[in-house]
Amino acid sequence: MATTNTSMPVHDAPLREKATLTSTVVDSWVITKRNLYRNVRLPQLLLFSTVQPIMFLLLFTYVFGGAIGRSLPSAAGGEYINWLMPGLLVQISVFGAGQTAIGLTDDLAKGVIDRFRSLPMARSAVLAGRTFADLARNAAVLTLMLTVGFAIGFRYQTSFWAFVAGVLLALAFSYSLSWVMAVIGLYVKNPEATQSAVFLPVFPLVFASSVFVPTETMPDWLRTFADNQPITTVTNALRALMLGEGALLEGQDLTTQLLISLAWIVGITLVFSLLAIRAYRRAVD
Amino acid sequence: MTASATARQEVGSLDTIVDVEGVVRTYGEIRALDGVDLCFEPGIIYGLLGPNGAGKTTLIRVLATLLRPQAGSVRVAGIDVLAEPTRARARLGLAGQFAAVDEYLTGRENVEMVGRLYGLPQTEARRRAHDVLERIGLTEDATRRVGTYSGGMRRRLDLAASLVGRPQVMFLDEPTTGIDPRNRLELWHLIEELVATGTTVLLTTQHLEEADRLADRIGVIDRGVIVEEGTADELKDAVGGAVLELTVAAELLPRARQVIGEVTSEEVAELDGRRLRVAARAGSRTLTEVVRVLDGAAIEVDDIGLYKPSLDDVFLALTGQPTAPADAQGPEEDGQPGVSGTASPRTGRRAARRSR
Repeated sequence: MATTNTSMPVHDAPLREKATLTSTVVDSWVITKRNLYRNVRLPQLLLFSTVQPIMFLLLFTYVFGGAIGRSLPSAAGGEYINWLMPGLLVQISVFGAGQTAIGLTDDLAKGVIDRFRSLPMARSAVLAGRTFADLARNAAVLTLMLTVGFAIGFRYQTSFWAFVAGVLLALAFSYSLSWVMAVIGLYVKNPEATQSAVFLPVFPLVFASSVFVPTETMPDWLRTFADNQPITTVTNALRALMLGEGALLEGQDLTTQLLISLAWIVGITLVFSLLAIRAYRRAVD
Repeated sequence: MTASATARQEVGSLDTIVDVEGVVRTYGEIRALDGVDLCFEPGIIYGLLGPNGAGKTTLIRVLATLLRPQAGSVRVAGIDVLAEPTRARARLGLAGQFAAVDEYLTGRENVEMVGRLYGLPQTEARRRAHDVLERIGLTEDATRRVGTYSGGMRRRLDLAASLVGRPQVMFLDEPTTGIDPRNRLELWHLIEELVATGTTVLLTTQHLEEADRLADRIGVIDRGVIVEEGTADELKDAVGGAVLELTVAAELLPRARQVIGEVTSEEVAELDGRRLRVAARAGSRTLTEVVRVLDGAAIEVDDIGLYKPSLDDVFLALTGQPTAPADAQGPEEDGQPGVSGTASPRTGRRAARRSR
């Protein structure tokens, strides 16, 4: 009677006893792939995550371009889009990171996280897979933005490799912010509330920065804040990489901006990945 | 030999598949689990029955390693869940109250993914996913996105996804809540098949019909404690023996009551204007006697029946709460008076399953 059913023998494959480095990598990849499918197959998500940045690009270029263009540093080559593009790459990276929070709360609400936690998989794979997938999506969105940007007149003023370094810096920044967003999502938990919660800190930070306009016209108190917050620093580094140091304000240089940016990115990633792992443990308890 | 007995032989080496002792889990002031002891052998369906907020879901979450209790010990498939959660996870499967399947993945991708996360190599995950989908009758829909599936299909997929890891024990939290009767039947069949192939199942339910039909053993949980345990029949016996209920014309009620009281020497309760209830200590002999004396007294009986207490009665007696509203689980068949039965319709159906 030991073989009543041949199609489903009971546990004949080796069972996973503990998470190893290999299993962590494999699990992270499985989760990344799963999240990427969502990006590709959810038409609304695909539409809004690509249309919105392009809309920003076109609106800012054509609405503000004329007015702002005159007061720009000469490094911009007299074109607002040259000035705008590095800023927008950063802005879209920041907005894109918000998807990390939304995706996580969605999984929490639907019980998917419960399922993952009941499986013998690496714990860290859920967060790693989420942030990697969002990084990949951001890379795709930035590529698309750049394509449109080039089509409507954006030209980097430095070298190709400096330009590529700038794009990579924006992606690294978006990855670090994904961890911040993961923390927000895991604490807020509710998908609808998260939508608003992520944009609450994002909007003032993006506007009170050098993303859209040079900070020198801002009132002193705001300028002090703007010049020292990470979005400005990363934007400055991107501009210096893509347009040359002439795009920076007096007293700023590429090396400093780049180093401060990297320090922010590493610091944010370290602090918030630890917080996110803690929040992940708490969120499901 | 029943399917359960076969399965018990296959799993063999373990005496207990779930062994919970003194588990306490509080949320602030609320003691969701207040010293739960639960222990049962492999190869059965164990039904955890309780009202809303009794602690059913909390207990499932503790067993499935999602929640750490503040006190107590938990062993699943012989493994200390609190000390070695990953080893335990490799041997258990979970299906929660909501279908936790990815809408934007196809049915096959969903099952395959779970297989990969159980640690299976790609080819093995694919092979097993194919088998699982065939078992649950979703082969034709395997390449369609789950977003296009019906609610019942999603539930089946959710339940079956864990099967890809061939767990020794499946924890099902209210597996049929909120789905229509036809899909409920399909899920019941699936659960029964699961046990027939050697998987142990622990399921929670608010619905007595489900526990009565599926569970080999039932634990009644209330306010974080298992208050009673046994087979459906044992539980019914614990509450009391059979009951005789009859309906007569309203004007004959007082006389009928008197006559029945004399012959049975029991207190006769009046249920409403026309119905009477009395304990039938001698079972069908009581029924015969009552019919004879009523006939002798020329009292015409509209309806008469002998009932074993239903699980509803058990539930009410143990928890002081009525069971889930009938509308949540389709028509309640229980307690409908009928002239023929000496047992409730459920008991009959249960017997049918046993003999298969």
